[in-house]
Amino acid sequence: MSSMANNKTTITAVPEHTVEIITNSGEGAQKCAQIFGQTCAKMGNGVWTVEIIPAEIEPPHHTVTSTSGNIVRFGTDKVTNWGDQSKLAVAFNDQVLLSRHRLDSFDDNCIILQESMWENHEDEAVRDGYAKAMEEMSSKNYRFINVPIEEETLKVVDNAQHGKNMFALGLLAEIYQRDLSIIEKQIAHIFRHKSAKVTEVNVELVKNGMAWARDNLDFQFQIDSIPAEESRVVMNGNQACALGAVAAGMEICAMYPITPATSVSHELSDIFETYGGMVHQAEDEIAAAGVALGASYGGKVALTVTSGPGMALKTEFLALAIMVEIPLVVLDVQRGGPSTGLPTKVEQSDLLSSLYGQPGDAPRVVIAPRTIEECFHSMVTARRIAETFRCVVIILTDANLATGVQQFTYPEFDSRWQGDPIDSSAVPEGLRPYDWDPETGMSRRIIPGTPGGQHTVTGLAHDENSRISYEPESNERACKMRSRKLAVFQTTLMPPPVYGDEDGDLLVVGWGSTQGAIEEAVERARAEGKSISSCQLAFLSPLEPGLKEIFSRFKKVMTVEINYSDTVGDPYITEETRRYGQLAWLLRAHTLIDIDCWTSCPGQPLRPKDIYNSIVKNFETGASK
Amino acid sequence: MSSLAISLLDLEPDNAVCLEADDYQTRPGKWCAGCGDFGALNAVKRLLAKEQLQPEKMAFVSGIGCSSRFPHYVNAYGFHGIHGRALPIATGLKLARPELDVFVVMGDGDCTSIGAGHWIHATRYNANMTVLLLDNNIYGLTKNQTSPTTPLGYASNTSPRGSVLPALDPLQTTLGVSNASFVAQTADWVPAHLYATLQAAYAHNGFSFIRILQRCPKFTPDVFADQVKNPDMTELLVHPDGVDAPGLDKLFKARREHDPKDLDEARALAQRTDMLRLGLFFCDGSFPVYDEVRAVSPVSPEEKVEKLNQEFNRYVV
Repeated sequence: MSSMANNKTTITAVPEHTVEIITNSGEGAQKCAQIFGQTCAKMGNGVWTVEIIPAEIEPPHHTVTSTSGNIVRFGTDKVTNWGDQSKLAVAFNDQVLLSRHRLDSFDDNCIILQESMWENHEDEAVRDGYAKAMEEMSSKNYRFINVPIEEETLKVVDNAQHGKNMFALGLLAEIYQRDLSIIEKQIAHIFRHKSAKVTEVNVELVKNGMAWARDNLDFQFQIDSIPAEESRVVMNGNQACALGAVAAGMEICAMYPITPATSVSHELSDIFETYGGMVHQAEDEIAAAGVALGASYGGKVALTVTSGPGMALKTEFLALAIMVEIPLVVLDVQRGGPSTGLPTKVEQSDLLSSLYGQPGDAPRVVIAPRTIEECFHSMVTARRIAETFRCVVIILTDANLATGVQQFTYPEFDSRWQGDPIDSSAVPEGLRPYDWDPETGMSRRIIPGTPGGQHTVTGLAHDENSRISYEPESNERACKMRSRKLAVFQTTLMPPPVYGDEDGDLLVVGWGSTQGAIEEAVERARAEGKSISSCQLAFLSPLEPGLKEIFSRFKKVMTVEINYSDTVGDPYITEETRRYGQLAWLLRAHTLIDIDCWTSCPGQPLRPKDIYNSIVKNFETGASK
Repeated sequence: MSSLAISLLDLEPDNAVCLEADDYQTRPGKWCAGCGDFGALNAVKRLLAKEQLQPEKMAFVSGIGCSSRFPHYVNAYGFHGIHGRALPIATGLKLARPELDVFVVMGDGDCTSIGAGHWIHATRYNANMTVLLLDNNIYGLTKNQTSPTTPLGYASNTSPRGSVLPALDPLQTTLGVSNASFVAQTADWVPAHLYATLQAAYAHNGFSFIRILQRCPKFTPDVFADQVKNPDMTELLVHPDGVDAPGLDKLFKARREHDPKDLDEARALAQRTDMLRLGLFFCDGSFPVYDEVRAVSPVSPEEKVEKLNQEFNRYVV
């Protein structure tokens, strides 16, 4: 491809780049980036993408709140997070561009390809807005390049709003020397439900974008790729969860629409029935949990999918599932909260409510996938745990994993993941519905239809016969048995690995989706000779074994989390009033170690540079002690 | 189990044991003396015996309240769930196991107040189940609070000067829901009618909703007292496709021909307050049944793995 570039073109080789496409909502930024990201992945680059989406469908155009976009970070090596700042951006107007500038999204020397039509627009207000935006952005050293995106697009289609994104894709394809044949295949796939003409037009737009870049730009970037040895797939976390549910042999997903979890059910709705499964869209979040529980009571493998506000509504049903010991898998794709909060944005704020959000003692398993690959496998794991221990398993992903796209090794499916049929042989005389093994709390699950097993499960306190029992001793025993199962399950876990040295000055502890960003930050600090390691937890209830021992090998331990915590030194905030990050709170109680935290809830994934700054600051204050 | 049943079993080992009504009861109901729930339990037992349902092939799902203790007393699988949420559990169970007979038992607070949302949607899903609303016009288990069906002016612990709003009518509400396919009203003090209604409900393929007027001797002893004493205050809806029982014509002089396929008339009758009406207001077996329209064929684990590989090939890079 590079040979086709004009002879003034400088080709710069870089190990990685971060690219942003920024548009009004509804102008196709996601499709453009999706195809670009897929193409990079197919060419053998490491990839991570992040969606920038408003909560509204199509807010007023050409404003700072209408921004819809997507960030693609790709490189020669594996990419585990969205990185720090974008090196190149394509923007459809000055206002959406400005919104990203204000979020400090761009590298100081970012190259910005922007729509040229606004500068001399006939509407004075538009020209003014443009001038003010440019003035505000002049604080940075951005390189602006005007591109007649709309004008060029209109040469091919009548409505530029449905086409500019493909022209932009062409610009990127040329700048990064992407393989056009891969792009063509991706376009054909995305528009497979539409006419061949649609694919044709979109490909033409991409070609025009490439040609424009070839004729008008004087630079290209070269990012080498190392072809993977094993077969890999690329998808986002919600797709991985949906396919994981299928691979785990789940049979019913009961849900109610909620951002950012809903697309799991879109994936499932598309394919589930051909696997003998179904999606039930319930009348509300509560009913979704109830239908899943009812189906599981009947012996089906059931899942309910939601986000924070939905978790709050499901609370009572989760407690019931725990009380009656019916397996249930709950996927909570966390978003910003409390209340409606930040529907499309990431946060890790449902940890404690997932652990303790029920009245009474309601022990359950909580796991947090750290990568998109783990999103897939966590569904298989969750099912196995839920059935083995007749318990509730909550999977906490978040908006970062849900919409982030990354490659992972093609999973080797195992038909055993689908589980064995439930034992529905006649219940032997004397076997009770909760015949708890006094050591483990485990008991045989008896489902309706099983001869001789008739009993009524109840959310009331009950004894081994599932008879309502208010006896003090009976209630103590039942609580003990339900809790014991977690301790038994914990014996199957391994201590978490430490990233970096096994001991040192500072250990950074994270959970779930922040793994890539934390490790990248730790790597930077370690490259400077700082004695910092990290540890990323995937099991939150029960916690993985050996934490206290691992922590004790470091002078200081701190968590890094995407949630809120107070900062000592702020008005009224002292060591006594300070509220900690949720994992810090949990680990402090668990280990009795004075664990510090740095948390942030900006509604976007943490950047390695911000984590780096916080841990280095903590490291330095720690060292001075 | 009767001795006759055992001897039959000995003769015909392949045949199911013949169960009698009492074989379907596990233990005595713990309701107050004179509670209408006993009548409902007796009628249900009779139905189960008549249909000779296998105890392990049916499930009774309930919410919370006096009447929701029902499953504990039935020899079947039971799910005594949470307040207002029996219907989602029952819907999930029916989707999972369409071959099971599913019965739902709710009270008026349970169904028409805290569970009102589920009630409307479950009616629309029209999953094949028999649904009993035991309506005593009051919250009993929490001790005498006004429910949506408490009559206007009726005093309770939460409305000591009388309920300030007209009662919600469960029949009108259910009949107003699209895809409602079976709506009947009966009363615990007319056992023959109650039993006949249960039979019709069980025979109906779809969501069979029965409002059972149920006496609460403790908190609402007088709400149905006049109707219990004076059968002339009650009109029976009758039709060849409706509900009837021998002897009822002698008891109830007022009888009205009502075609249960006539939805407009059913709604009009439900709205009228001149008399108490018992009978089948509406029944239409031609509506979509959720567990049937959502039925999926099972796929073997090996087939699933094969399909997954095809699916994942779409994502290969």
